[in-house]
Amino acid sequence: MNVTVLDYGAGNVTSVERALRHLGATPSRANRPQELASAERIVLPGVGHYAALITALDGQGLRQPLLDALSRGAKFLGICLGLQALHASSEEAPELAGLGVLQGKVSQLPDTVKLPHMGWNQLDRSRNSRLLEGISSDDYFYFAHSYAAPSSGAQGATLCRYGRDFVAVLERNNIFGVQFHPEKSGAPGARILENFLRAA
Amino acid sequence: MSLAHRIIPCLDTDGVRVVKGVHFEGLRDAGDPVELAARYNAEGADELVVLDIAASRDNRPTFLQTISRVAETLSIPLAAGGGIRSLQDARAVIRAGADKITLNTSAVEHPELISELSREFGAQAVVLAIDAKRHDARWLVHVRGGRQAMNLEAVAWACRGVDLGAGEILLTSMDRDGTQSGFDVELTAAISRAVSVPVVASGGAKLPEHFLEVFTVGAADAALAASIFHDRTQSIRSLKEFLRQSGVQVRLPC
Repeated sequence: MNVTVLDYGAGNVTSVERALRHLGATPSRANRPQELASAERIVLPGVGHYAALITALDGQGLRQPLLDALSRGAKFLGICLGLQALHASSEEAPELAGLGVLQGKVSQLPDTVKLPHMGWNQLDRSRNSRLLEGISSDDYFYFAHSYAAPSSGAQGATLCRYGRDFVAVLERNNIFGVQFHPEKSGAPGARILENFLRAA
Repeated sequence: MSLAHRIIPCLDTDGVRVVKGVHFEGLRDAGDPVELAARYNAEGADELVVLDIAASRDNRPTFLQTISRVAETLSIPLAAGGGIRSLQDARAVIRAGADKITLNTSAVEHPELISELSREFGAQAVVLAIDAKRHDARWLVHVRGGRQAMNLEAVAWACRGVDLGAGEILLTSMDRDGTQSGFDVELTAAISRAVSVPVVASGGAKLPEHFLEVFTVGAADAALAASIFHDRTQSIRSLKEFLRQSGVQVRLPC
């Protein structure tokens, strides 16, 4: 199964590719617009600063081809910043427009807790996604971020709590997003990626 | 549902093999980094740290290969450091498969390197490692593997490092390192309460009670140890079971 992994220059795509390969998928790196034209499954791994991701997407002319791929129904998984980028904007770089697929503004977690939110946390299982099939509410996932999508934003999202509620897993038609790093989250993380491949 | 306290094995290497010493001296061989990494990944370690304690220029390509081989075996995060002196060095370490970079001597000598790396990779990828030793009523920062004392107070340096963009502090008590007499909870609490980022406590671990103490009294977010895990004095699984029974939130993978 071919998976197009968007390599925008800053993310650590290697570990995502490795995790996909372990599951029997064939990841291929893409950083040119034409490479998205026929992609059926797209993963956008992200780590670091929001501005770096958005400016790289725009600088490499990937924004419109990616939006086109999403609207023609290509299956998409945004990881960490890749989930945040789906929203309209982020406090981390208010001057830059996000992809705008989802409503709402990504904002910083409250400073009443230590930031970044770094380490293993659990998910609220009151809502559901195909990504969470076979995942127990005891399972932990690895997070490393200071900004997150608002819990009021995506309907039906699965939340995590650290200082406040925020979106940890979302699914809207062909579009999936996870705030944690499934490629760094042991067996439950691998299961999430496997579920994405299966849904796709 | 809350953030788990992390248990982090540390592989001190000479670039190729894991080595072990007391008070940063008297090194001896303690195993193959890839074998140990695979074992810790399976046993429920929350993260792994790999350091090149020789940090010599000539050894660089070998250490990068070690990082890459270790990263290949892991499904948990990896921090790597030792001898990272520039953005180029850091890029090579990240590209080899590390999720985080630890800076020590080079950050003291060139604090702006912290900001440079934080801008490039994000604060979550920049770990400021501090080797601290008590001098009278305060703790002073030491560099070059602990050999050189600086006129730099550890709490103030931790705060400055966070202001510059470090996303985590890896704090080693030189007084406790290698003694197996427990973490320096006083030092750890002083740093942890002073900074807004997570603190990883290191130096002196032996008993499960030491970990409990550093997570409660020491206010540590994570705890690191090396030899007790390498020589199987302490299993990660039973340590975590003890902590959970004591009311500390930990991740217990099945």
